[in-house]
Formats: sequence, C-alpha cells, structure tokens
Amino acid sequence: MILQGKIWLFGDNIDTDAIIAARYLSTTEPEELAAHLMEDVKPDFPGLVQKGDIIVAGNNFGCGSSREHAPLAIKGAGVSCVIARSFARIFYRNSINIGLPILECEEDFSWLKSGEDQLKVNLELGKIIHLQSGREYSAAPFPRFMQELIARGGLVEYVKTRLASR
Amino acid sequence: MSNSFGMTMVEKILAAKAAKDRVVPGELVNVEVDLALGNDITAPVAIKEFKRFGLDRVFDPEKIVLVPDHFTPNKDIAAAEQAQVLRHFAKEYGLKYYFEVGRMGIEHALLPEQGLVRPGMIIIGADSHTCTYGALGAFATGVGSTDLAAAMAIGEAWFKVPATIRFEYNGQMPEWVSGKDLILLTIGKIGVEGARYRAMEFAGSAIDSLPMDGRLTMANMAIEAGGKCGYMQPDQITFEYLEGRVDRAYTSVYSDSNASYESTQIFDVSKLEPQVAFPPSPDNVFPVSDAKGIELDQVVIGSCTNGRIDDLRAAASVIRGKKVKEGLRLLIIPATQQIYRQAMEEGLLADFIDAEAAVSTPTCGPCLGGHMGILAKGEKALATTNRNFVGRMGHPESEVYLSNPAVAAASAVAGTIVHPGEVLS
Ligand code: SF4
Repeated sequence: MILQGKIWLFGDNIDTDAIIAARYLSTTEPEELAAHLMEDVKPDFPGLVQKGDIIVAGNNFGCGSSREHAPLAIKGAGVSCVIARSFARIFYRNSINIGLPILECEEDFSWLKSGEDQLKVNLELGKIIHLQSGREYSAAPFPRFMQELIARGGLVEYVKTRLASR
Repeated sequence: MSNSFGMTMVEKILAAKAAKDRVVPGELVNVEVDLALGNDITAPVAIKEFKRFGLDRVFDPEKIVLVPDHFTPNKDIAAAEQAQVLRHFAKEYGLKYYFEVGRMGIEHALLPEQGLVRPGMIIIGADSHTCTYGALGAFATGVGSTDLAAAMAIGEAWFKVPATIRFEYNGQMPEWVSGKDLILLTIGKIGVEGARYRAMEFAGSAIDSLPMDGRLTMANMAIEAGGKCGYMQPDQITFEYLEGRVDRAYTSVYSDSNASYESTQIFDVSKLEPQVAFPPSPDNVFPVSDAKGIELDQVVIGSCTNGRIDDLRAAASVIRGKKVKEGLRLLIIPATQQIYRQAMEEGLLADFIDAEAAVSTPTCGPCLGGHMGILAKGEKALATTNRNFVGRMGHPESEVYLSNPAVAAASAVAGTIVHPGEVLS
C-alpha cells in the first residue's frame, strides 16, 4: 500500500488524553471523535487536518490510557498513517487491531514543515520519501504476524476466520 | 528440558498458557486468557465489535468481567447509554461478573478484592491499569477494545513476550513513605518510556515487607513507565491476602534464580522522602521538600492507585481532628463499596467529614477528568491518582500533582504541598 499526504508534526510523549480528551469519550463514532482530535495540543487541528494527511511524531506516541478512541479518532479524521520514533504499546496494538497503518522510524523528522511538507510511504517495504527533497528513509516494516493481521483486515476479520474454521 | 538458562515469572506464565516448554523475549505467542475485563468506556466499543461476529454466546460467561466505573453513577445521558450497553450485554450473554452501581468499585481495586485474581493467571483488560493485578503474581496487561472483543469470542489474545527488567528496593522505608513513593521514584528515574514493552519485576527487602495495598499501587503504575506489566512474585503476604477471597486452586509461579533480565535497577529506600510528580508527566518526580509551598485548589484521595483501605487509613491518621484549609476542596473516594463500608466501620469517614472533606461513592470520577471534581482554568490539584497529563482532571490549563495519600491529606490541611510530618508536629 502506497500512501501520500501532507504531514502534521507533533512532539514526544503525545498521550491518549492529548489525542482525544476523556470529556469526549461518551461516543465511539470515529467522525465525532475526530472533531476533537488533538484539541488540547493544537486547538485548530480538527479544522486543518484533511483526508490522507500523515501524522509525524517523536517518541512514545499514544502513551497513557488504553482507549481505542485515540486511533479511532485519528482514523476518523482521515489520517492515512502515523509515523513516530516509537509508539506506546497499547496504542501500537490498537492501531493494528483496527487497521490504522503506523510506522516506527528512528529518523528525526522534527525539521519537516508541519502542514506543508509531503511524504510518500510504502507500507510493505517500510520506505518513506520526502517529496520536496526526494530524500528516502527507511522504517521498521511490520513483523509477519502483524502483516497477516493487517492483510486480513484487522483482528475482527482474523477472529472471524478462526471462528469459521471451528 | 535443558535448564541452562531460566525464565522469569512472566515468561513461565506465557509459556504455560501457550502450551510451550519455554518462550523467549520478542517471540509472538497466542495464549488462552483466564479473565477479560472491560469498563463503561472501553466495553461498548468491544461489544460493538463482538456483535460483528454474529455469535450467540461468549467463550466463557465466567471469564468476562464488566465494571461500569468511569462515568458512573451516570454523569449524563451519553454516559447512561454507555453503561446501559454493558448492563444489557451482561444480561443477554449471562455474564457472571457484572458489577452494578451499589455493588461495584473501581475495577482494579474490585477484581483483587472479589477474589477474581489469582497467581499464575493471564488477565487482559481494556484498560491500561490492568497491570495492577501483577501484584498478586498474575500476568496482567492492558489491551484495546478490539482485543477484548476477540477474547470474548475465542478466549485468546496475542502477545509479544516482553523482556523483563528487575527493580530491587532495599532497606527499611521511613515513616510516611509508601508503595506510591517507590513507584514514583522509579518512574522519575527511568522515565515514561523507561520500561516500554517490558515486564517490571519488583523485588528486594522493602517489597518483601510491603503490604498488599502498597504492592497493588506499584504494579498499577507500571504502565506509567511504559511497562507491559509489573509484578511481585507470590509470597506469604500474597497468600494471606488471597485467603478467604479465592475459592479455586491456583499455581504460584516464580522466576528462576538463573532467569535472564534485560537489566537490573537497585534502589536504597532507607532515606527516601515521599515523592511528588509535578505536571505534566508522571516522570517529573521530585522529593516532597522540593514541592513545598505549592498552593492547591483541590486534593483528591482515591482511584485505582490509592483508594484502598490502607490509603484511607494513612490519610485519616493525618487529618483526624484537623480541618481542610479554607478555600480548598478535599475529595475522598473509596475505591469499592467494601472499602467504603470498612472505612465507615473504622470511623475514617467520620474523620474526613469532620475535617470538612467531601466523601463520594466509588467512581473513577475526577481521576480522568470525567466528573465529580473537574478543575477550572488555572486551578491546581494534588491527587493520589496515577496520571497528571495536560487536561487530565479538567481544563487544559489546570495542573495535577501526584503523591501518596498521607502527603495529600497533609497538604489539604495546609493548603499547600507539605510533608505529613509538618502538619502533625
Ligand atoms: S481510577 Fe483512574 S486510572 Fe484507575 S481505572 Fe479509573 S480512570 Fe483509570
């Protein structure tokens, strides 16, 4: 899968309260959650982010609570992919389980121009291209088991296959 | 089987449930789960996913626990409807463990208290603080709602076997220092990602004598260091806690003496001061003396971290016969109905009410900025909870400090953050 979009830059340790504050958790609709995505960190973000955009962050993205509302809100906003230097484990797990592509990349991307620069991402190869400069970067591709989960459309589809084979 | 190198407690539990002789860190395993937990925020998402399987039964109605604790007693119509999803699902699928308001408590205080947690179990919960149960020698970790849905259907979950870091705490802890201070010290030292994807084994002479409530507090906050789980190996204190609570046999599991750890951290706690985490992160930790004089608008004593009976006893012993500082709100939230009742019988609730604190029914409430104690713009709170991220307890420009219950109670009396010794002298 090839994704291409404008990037939005965030820092280290963006927690799930920052991604979607608890006061909005009384819904599970991705679109409704998306209306408040990153509101406490960047209040104008819900109005700026567009379908296909890519979130680029530092270390430990998605730390804090286990709320699946966080990747759901990101998916609901149409964000095509999240690239970070590292992810908190439950966030990582949740993203894969709901089919939100995420890539772990050691690279320091903090020099990118937020809301301007564009990246092109090849998920299978873990390849990232900065369109403005043509520079190429590599990210850790998914472990095989996770590729399988994604290929099957996430954990729900995986479980359906398991149930059908009983 | 060769015994040239051993396994940690967590590796052994995962190996056993994956029906393997041994597992190594990094390996992916599919395991049976012994208990799967959801709450009023995460279970509705899981239930929606579960319904997509089109099943007319769950894998085992005795192994799923639903606890409406975050926005209950229902804070508004939307919350009421979420709680209703749990209630209806529990009834429709005949779940044995659904805890209604009036019989419930904050999930991570409730499950061990009700005897649902035993050594050697694998427990997943769609709540990050599920790691609390490691204090009883179980492998317990937080997952997402989709994981919960899958577990409710097939009773399994996938895991990457975590590497283990051993944390050793030696020496006798000074007065007013508790499990909360050990874990804050640890998170302050290694940072919010210091144990990312790792298991945290807590050991040492200070742990050997730490009561179960303090152990639960420590395991509870493993996630604040990024840990997959935190645990103590079962011992006499564990067995005494389990006595009379669990009605089933269990097998205690221990790390081999030649187990391999990724690293070991050693702390001398004999001169430790109570610790305070400054906003906006649980790893922003300083001794209480560095926090002295910070003015507060609200103090919260409760949550799955520090809302247990030992916590209420410590707070009451500081506040007894004193008054909450004028202009400050002190909220006391016993974590379960049983703790509430015990606190009543021991006269602790009277101590709090005489001090002019507000005592609430069990709920997560202000811990996640849900209800029952939200902060206004610019307000500062000291809480015995586990997270102090931006906006965690209310307005994005409010601030939360974290401490143990004795420091919290003393600070409610002083109006500023203080060491309990100062209020009592
Ligand atoms: S008390 Fe706080 S940390 Fe614990 S389960 Fe409730 S919201 Fe989560």
